[in-house]
Amino acid sequence: MCLGIPGEIVELPPDRSGLAKVDVSGVRRAVHIGLLDDQPLGPGDWVLIHVGFALAKIDEAEARAALAFLEGVGKAYEDELAALRDSPAEG
Amino acid sequence: MRFVDEYRDADKARALSARIASLCEPGRAYQFMEVCGGHTHTIYKHGLEDYLPETVTMVHGPGCPVCVIPMGRVDDAIRIAEEPDVIMTSFGDMTRVPGGRGSFLDAAARGADIRMVYSPLDALKIARANPDRRVVFMAIGFETTAPSTAMTVLRAAAEDVRNFSVFCNHVRVIPAIQAILDSPGLRLDGFIGPGHVSTVIGCRPYEFIAGEYGKPLVVAGFEPLDILQSVYMLLLQLAEGRSEVENQYARVVPWAGNARALRAIGEVMEPRPSFEWRGLGFIAHSALRIREKYAAYDAERLFAVPGVRVADPKACQCGEVLKGVLKPWECKVFGTACTPETPIGTCMVSSEGACAAYYNFGRFSRQRVREATR
Repeated sequence: MCLGIPGEIVELPPDRSGLAKVDVSGVRRAVHIGLLDDQPLGPGDWVLIHVGFALAKIDEAEARAALAFLEGVGKAYEDELAALRDSPAEG
Repeated sequence: MRFVDEYRDADKARALSARIASLCEPGRAYQFMEVCGGHTHTIYKHGLEDYLPETVTMVHGPGCPVCVIPMGRVDDAIRIAEEPDVIMTSFGDMTRVPGGRGSFLDAAARGADIRMVYSPLDALKIARANPDRRVVFMAIGFETTAPSTAMTVLRAAAEDVRNFSVFCNHVRVIPAIQAILDSPGLRLDGFIGPGHVSTVIGCRPYEFIAGEYGKPLVVAGFEPLDILQSVYMLLLQLAEGRSEVENQYARVVPWAGNARALRAIGEVMEPRPSFEWRGLGFIAHSALRIREKYAAYDAERLFAVPGVRVADPKACQCGEVLKGVLKPWECKVFGTACTPETPIGTCMVSSEGACAAYYNFGRFSRQRVREATR
């Protein structure tokens, strides 16, 4: 929850205001990108996601490191990823 | 995994370890607090204390949002959840947090409709799908999750969803650090600043710590080398007589934070005059509540919230652990009456809690335990 989960943007909505399609550890779901609308963002970019909202843009190296860290955290991350997987696809 | 190796290279760690040792003044003991539970986790998991000289001690701070929720707030939430038409929603971390009358799990077993969600947006979705029920989202977390709650309230308002509200328990990291700085009996030489909280608030809010209190602070990433590097940066500041805010995690944390996120929080929420933290007591301006403008989405105004105060269990020493006065293993019930399976205190509930982190990875620092318990 307090630790962001990295995801790769797959598809942006035309108006950039709301939800983008993001790949998070192989799970595709809608992520709110409204808090990054002052930054250039496109498919292939990585973002740090907190409870359904992208809060920071990161590079791929950081994304890999963050994923490895979360995998090391173990159960809490698995639970959060499971929650993300089960959560409704769009907001 | 070449990306990760870059941050976990054992040779680099040893090199940093040697540079850290070379900066330590002989005969001087150093105490640094890592505020964030994620950092605590890295320190235990990778046994980082073994890379530090005996004279450098890491003190674990209150940066676990689940750990600081007082029992009374859990009881209040359960009281709301017991209204027959209410669906209570929260993050999975909350399920096992004990209140005075048990946890969410216990309340659900008694018949309350309590559902775990991944995002506040999911709670809003549940509200849309259940127009005849009142859906309450128990919001917890530092500034990492507050923007999401704020954005969800804004969305609910824009869509005029009337059966959705927030039981707001968001806490703020800066007043907590200040309370620790003002608490007697704790001598700290510097801080490892939280990583992801800082993506929202940026580095500027920490400046009073370096300026007024004269304590250096380094915002750090979560990899083992990030933390060792940050300890090195703190020691370098002390050696050079500097006291500044530095950003070791600039690859993720912008100096100014996320302006959009801060604006969303400011639009929907305002600081409370005071809020109780488990173990730390009442801290001024340390939490957020929903502004009057969004009263229709504020569960505290919509429901009769009893505002119960419950004393923490006597055996539990979470408060001392949260303040860094006690190490987890020095608590009387650690690992015996209090375990992650049957937690008495919140520090054992969340994986970001110091006790749970130590319980799970403690094998790396057995030497330290022997020293502490000798």
